[in-house]
Amino acid sequence: MSDAAGTPAPGAPVLEIRGVTKAFGEREVLRGIDLSVREHEAIALIGASGSGKSTLLRCIDLLEEIDDGDVLLDGEVITDPAVSPVAVRRRLGLVFQAYNLFPHLTALQNVVLGETRAQGIGRREAEERGRELLRRFGLEGREDDRPDGLSGGQQQRVAIARAFSGRPRVMLLDEVTSALDPELVGEVLAAVRDLKDEGMTMLIATHEMSFAREVADQVAFLHDGRIAELGSPEQVLGQPRNAETQRFLSRLLEAGRA
Amino acid sequence: MSDTAVISDRRLERQAAKRRRARRGQAIAIGSSVLVLGGLAALVLTSPGWPVVRETFFSWTIFKDSFPEVLEGFWLDVKLFVIIEMAVLAIGLALALLKISRNPALFPLRMLATVFVDLFRGVPSILLIFLIGFGVPALQLEGLPTDPVVLGAIALTLAYSGYVAEVYRAGIRSIHRGQRDAALAIGLTEGQALRHVILPQALRRISAPLLNDFVALQKEVALISILGPLEAFRIAQIVQYKTFNFTPLIAAALLYLLVTVPLARVVDRIGGPEGVVR
Repeated sequence: MSDAAGTPAPGAPVLEIRGVTKAFGEREVLRGIDLSVREHEAIALIGASGSGKSTLLRCIDLLEEIDDGDVLLDGEVITDPAVSPVAVRRRLGLVFQAYNLFPHLTALQNVVLGETRAQGIGRREAEERGRELLRRFGLEGREDDRPDGLSGGQQQRVAIARAFSGRPRVMLLDEVTSALDPELVGEVLAAVRDLKDEGMTMLIATHEMSFAREVADQVAFLHDGRIAELGSPEQVLGQPRNAETQRFLSRLLEAGRA
Repeated sequence: MSDTAVISDRRLERQAAKRRRARRGQAIAIGSSVLVLGGLAALVLTSPGWPVVRETFFSWTIFKDSFPEVLEGFWLDVKLFVIIEMAVLAIGLALALLKISRNPALFPLRMLATVFVDLFRGVPSILLIFLIGFGVPALQLEGLPTDPVVLGAIALTLAYSGYVAEVYRAGIRSIHRGQRDAALAIGLTEGQALRHVILPQALRRISAPLLNDFVALQKEVALISILGPLEAFRIAQIVQYKTFNFTPLIAAALLYLLVTVPLARVVDRIGGPEGVVR
């Protein structure tokens, strides 16, 4: 997968977001987002609850229709109404805050469903790959468990394996640890770190500042529907220039989360 | 089972008290049952009207004579509701899918489905059976069925498909939106999401209300008798006319109970908290 030994260095832009706006009725959630994610790059998307992080990820995965602007994947405008959303989603991997596993399917079946139905891989090969993925994320022996028999951390790791199974160009992670008990956060972050080490291009909405600092190549602070600040983790989280970023980080500090 | 050496005296005492309580509860339940049921039985059996009641409703000789005949008719009921149930399951699902689809090309069909459900759900079954069973043959058109059994089955199928379509629709709508999102996110089409993710969960959730409708349907099959087919109720009625005795109807009632009660028990079981999949 990776071009060279170690974590591959960022390359050409894979995902480009240009002037994207999105309103729900009167409420303008995104007011013109510009952001570019390069190959092998991980960008952490931070910002207060309700700042539009989830909406942006859902818009990129075409689960929401944007009002203005464009999203490009490998140079192709995917938000063009003529483009098939199904084909686009097969090139992206979205992981939800609440896991959204299919409760009637086992862990393995959750992973295999997309491979056989969306990616057109034969059942036997898909199962083999599914088992390997589950093993990779520490879920060996859990293949035949239903989601309600798994812990939150295990469920989220199955969800990550499921999103990753289609070998996406970009993975979109929507606050993947927010629904977890504190002691389960680490195992899920380890799975994300694993993807990063492999060179996966990622856009990661997160509340975990220390994790953003560790894994992200860049941090984008989303405020009032715009990217208020973008830079290296050291700069944005260490010496924020934007007043809103400073206010946001000091609030987190007070709450003991930074 | 467990190591008696580690069980404390206090615990043994509590276990003994629990057993005493359970035994006393059982004794009270038995005593009360004997008293109440025995009292009721004595009251009925010693009442001056009882011999007439027994002769009219529970005559053993008439039961023995009529039962084989009624049972034979009951096979028609069984065949009818198996066929109707299968048709209802398929048509109900088709109607529900039409009603939830957002494809603009399907708009006219969607409208028809809505009218269909409103119409056939809102009309008494007996009226539908009468209308179709006697009305269609009256048209004297080539190619239309005239067999009353077929026409009666069609009428009940129409009536119940409307109900069942709404049950399906409620089940599909009850599945959390996040399931559809996740299905689309892994690259499934809307149709695949419905088939592999939404419907399997919805079906599990609606199995109890669905079977409940089938309990109702199994009884309503007797309504087809107004068209003349010799099913259990009709045969029982004929024997009753001949003998002036209602026992054959009791025999038919027993047969209906034989299929509805077990089904109702199944409904109870899967309707419980254990059977519900999140």
